[in-house]
Formats: sequence, C-alpha cells, structure tokens
Amino acid sequence: MKDGLRQSMAWVHTWSGLLVCWLLLLVFMGGTASYYRHEITFWMKPELHKAAGAQSIITPAQSTALALRELQERAPKATRWTIDLPEERNPLILATWQNPPKKGMTREERRDAFRKQNFSLDPATGLQTAAPRDSRGGEFLYRLHFDLYYMSAIWGRWIVGVAAMFMLVAIVSGVITHKRIFKDFFTFRPRKGQRSWLDAHNVTAVLALPFHLMITYTGLVTLMFMYMPAATKVLYGTEQNVMFGEVFGNAERTKPAKVPAPLADLAPMLAQAERAWGVAPARVAVSHPNDAAARVELYRPSGKQLSNIEPSMTFDGVSGALLSQTEPVSTTLAARAAIYGLHVAHFADPLLRALFFVCGLAGCAMVATGALLWGVKERQAYAKVVAKGGRVGFGVRLVDALNIGAIAGLPIAFAAYFWANRLLPVEMAQRSNAEANWFFIAWGAAAILAQIRPTRAMWRFQLMVGAVLMAGIPVLNVFTTQSHLGVTLFGGAGLGKVAAFDLVVLLLGALLGWAAWWLGHKAKQKAVAKQPASKTGTTSNMEAA
Amino acid sequence: MTTITWRYRGGVTVRAVAAIGGGYVFTSIASALIALALPMSRADAVTTATLLSFVVYTCIILWVFATSSALRACVGVIASSAVLGALLWFVGRAA
Repeated sequence: MKDGLRQSMAWVHTWSGLLVCWLLLLVFMGGTASYYRHEITFWMKPELHKAAGAQSIITPAQSTALALRELQERAPKATRWTIDLPEERNPLILATWQNPPKKGMTREERRDAFRKQNFSLDPATGLQTAAPRDSRGGEFLYRLHFDLYYMSAIWGRWIVGVAAMFMLVAIVSGVITHKRIFKDFFTFRPRKGQRSWLDAHNVTAVLALPFHLMITYTGLVTLMFMYMPAATKVLYGTEQNVMFGEVFGNAERTKPAKVPAPLADLAPMLAQAERAWGVAPARVAVSHPNDAAARVELYRPSGKQLSNIEPSMTFDGVSGALLSQTEPVSTTLAARAAIYGLHVAHFADPLLRALFFVCGLAGCAMVATGALLWGVKERQAYAKVVAKGGRVGFGVRLVDALNIGAIAGLPIAFAAYFWANRLLPVEMAQRSNAEANWFFIAWGAAAILAQIRPTRAMWRFQLMVGAVLMAGIPVLNVFTTQSHLGVTLFGGAGLGKVAAFDLVVLLLGALLGWAAWWLGHKAKQKAVAKQPASKTGTTSNMEAA
Repeated sequence: MTTITWRYRGGVTVRAVAAIGGGYVFTSIASALIALALPMSRADAVTTATLLSFVVYTCIILWVFATSSALRACVGVIASSAVLGALLWFVGRAA
C-alpha cells in the first residue's frame, strides 16, 4: 500500500473500521444488552413482578407437575411442550408449546401464534400469574444483535457477519500498527484535542483488547458453518444436516406414532437426572405428548461449563426408561462449543456477567471514539478552509452526521423501546411489533435530524434527549408500574434485577448527560478563548475540545 | 489536501476486490483442503478447518493490503488459490 507495514496497516485499520462502525455500534450495543436479555425481558413484563417477589417453595417435581396439568388442558395435541423451571435468572415457571403447523400458515404467522402459546406459574403458589403484556423484551435486542430487523434473518446474519469480519481485520491491523501498545495503555492526555481522542480510543480498545478480539472471533464462530461452508461441502456434500447432527449432537427428530398413550410420571426422571448431575434440571421438554412415541428431555442448568451445549437426558415418555444422555464429545468439538459458549456467556456468574457487560460498553466506546477520531483527523485537513469561512468536505460532513445519529441516536432508540413498553396500551394488537417499531422510529428521527444539521448543538441536543429518556425510565416506572425503585430496592430477592435495571439506565442516562454538559462546557471555554470568532459553523468542531 | 490520483483509487479498488472476493475464494479452498487433510473424524476435521478459516481470511486480507503493489496482490491471491485449488482437486480425487 503505502510504504511500510505499519503505515499500510494503519490505512486498513482506518478504513475497515470506518466503513462498518455505525452498524458495529448497533451490534455491540445490542450484544451488550443481550448479556441481560432475560432480565430485560422480565423488566418489560411488569405483570410478572409481583409473583417473582416471593421465594420458590415448591420442588421442581411439583412445579413440573403443575405446568404439565395446565399444558394437558390447554394444548393436549401440541407437538412439543417446554417447561423452564425457576432458577437464578428466571424466577417463574415458564411453559410454552408448539402446535402442529396448519396448512397455509406463513412463517411469520406461525411465529406470531407461537408467541401467544405460553403461560407462567407463580413458584410460591403454583397458580397462574397475571397474563403479561405482549412484549419481546430482551429477545428483540438479542435478535437485533445478529438478525437485524425488517429483513429476513439470513440477510441480517450475512450483513452482520461481513461487518464482524471487517471488525476482525480492523482489530488485528490496529494491533500491528500500534507500536507502543503497552505504553499507550497507560497514556491519557486529556484536553489535547485529537491526541485525547486517540488516547481514549487506545485505552478503551487496548484495555479490553482480549475481550474485543475474543468477542469478534467467537461471534463469527457462532455462525461459522453458514459463513464458511467450504469444509462442510467437501466432507459432507449436500448433507449439511448430517454434519449438524455430528458436530452439535442434535437429537434426531422423532415422528409421532399416531397411537395415543398416556404420558409417564416425570418425577422419577427428574430425580434420576438430579442424582446424576447433583442439581435439578432447569428445562423439561416433551415431544409428542400423549403419543406412543413421546420423548422427555431434561436439561442441566447452565453455569457449570464454558460450552453452550448443556448436558441432557432423554427418556421414553411412555415407559419412563432412560434412552440416552449427552455423551462426552471429542476435544475439538468441545473446543468449538466452548468458543461458542464464550460468546454467549451463559456460564457467567453475576460478577463475571457484569464484567462482560462493562467490556461490551468498552467495545461501544472503542467503536465510538474510533469513529470520532476519523472526523477529527480528517477535519484538520480543512482547518484553513474553515478558518476562511469555507465548508468541510462532503465526507467529513457525512461522517459527522452518521456519528451523531449512531453514537447519540442509538441510546435514544434503546430508551424509546423501553418507554414504548411502558406507555403503549397493554391491550394493543401487535403490541410487541409496535415496541420494536418505536426503536426504529426514534433512531430514524435522530439519524435524519443529524443529517440535516450535523452541528455541535445537535450533538448536545441528542445526547441530552438520550440522557433524559434513559434517566427518566425509573421515574416513568413510578407512574406506570407497581414495581418502581421505591418498591424493588426493599422488595424480595426476585425483584433485585428490576431494581438493577432501573439503576443501570439511570447511570447510563447520567453518563449521557455528563457528555452533553461537557460538550457545552467546552464550547463556552472556546468562546472565551477566542472571543470574536466564536461562531459555531456548520460542523461540530469536536476536535477543539 | 493531498490530491488522490485515479491510479491510487484504482489500486485501492483492485486490492479491495482481491482481499474480500479473492481472499474468500482462497480461504474456502484452503479450509476445504485442511478439512480433507486432517487425520481426524469427519466432525472434528470440519470443525477445525472452519474454525481456522477466519484466521486464514484475516491473514490473506492483511497481506493483500501490506504487499508492495496492487498487481502483486492480485497475482499472489490468484496464483496461491490456483495452486491450492489444484492440490484440492488432486486430494479430492484420491480421497
């Protein structure tokens, strides 16, 4: 490229990073939030909060029996029942079922129908909880993280995969170009314009570098057989399903016998699994209930291993005999599962999970400071032109606007999603879709406003809106729910996560507010420094900060 | 502002195509070859080869941008893909 490895790597780092940074910011923010997707889902269904305040007093076997009774009544002809038993991250008994697909139903209709096929039981009383509002909760953010939205999942996954590959290239070239990676880690020169942004970028990137590298690579690995199908092609030909069976250990799908048969008692199976694992199963799945070919699968709770594939036991649903259990896999397959597991972090205890969350935020900061740095550097080329009252180039203006729309706009979108959850009428049709739409309405508005006026005032305005919306969520909670901070902080253990959600968004709001204040403060200082020429022009001039 | 010549733009475009498209082809061939060559079970081989493919892809992309000229980058990607491709064909026939 240019002369020298370091220079050419700097070039690759700049451009591979810049081209995808706004999409990456969405992916990073969605992924960071996804570490708490169950907690977010729970927060977004305040109808369930009351039941979660109580301690679970019934045994897993009793919980399962209660859920099964209800499933028998509601969905005796389902193809599969799934029961999630209460555990640390899930305070309730959750049951869902799948009906045999009706002819002529589209995928979307099937998915909509499935979302309605669930109920939850109070672990203290075994009674049904109030029906929660229709919301996808953290699931929306989780899917957004790799499926995007308003497009088929396959398209979304390819787009995110390409962005992730750019990111991997940006990280590795960034490390190569970085001569003093260890020294710079301890370097921060505040209030020095471009240098401060560079240091901020270095600190957020280098501090959590192992995390960034790990999360980008493992992210690609989660969908690696889709992104890189060549090895599968040569070894398995067109039989991709066979490969999935061998690599993932997927249980083969059984067909119903179409002969009615009563379901065996599950209590002995649960006891057998608990004896084997030393812990009660977290999930019970019954395929083809009330059929002679019924199968019962029990899954161990996560948290004991890196791998994302939890050990399971499969029983005959009629005789109750143990049919099979997860066998130990080869080192290679275990390594793949562990790499995948690292990405989704199901193993993480609360402290480690919090650390992952903070690293995710550092990733957001790395992407954001990198994007800002480009504009800051590039604008220096225009310093003389701007001093004469000219305008900066189209590219700089575009990047400025996209930066505002992504860095300041995305927090607004996330906050809007949570506000919509509380403010949209509970009985509204297609409510969960409407919540998601509000995410994009808010983001779209922020992005368009930023394109119209990419100025420092716009930065401050959007950061402030984000701050007010985020920090306003706990206040909104007071008026729209029974489980606001005044209750949750002093409530039972089950409500701790609701309180934590409120406190985290409050903190994020404060952070955004501080950023907005800091920008205004800088503008004032600058105006004092060069009194006559304090006209804020068409650009945000953040490099002067 | 330094002016950017068309020659330079052309060079960047050629390298981008060589890195993204050519690199993907090279990586696919390389991972297929690794999968066939590894003395492991089918499931282990396909997993190892696919896990490694992202490392291969990253390296080839960086090489394309690090090498001294766009022409070299092109020739390098095409020639190495051709050699590995021939090898793959050979191994594939033997297997």
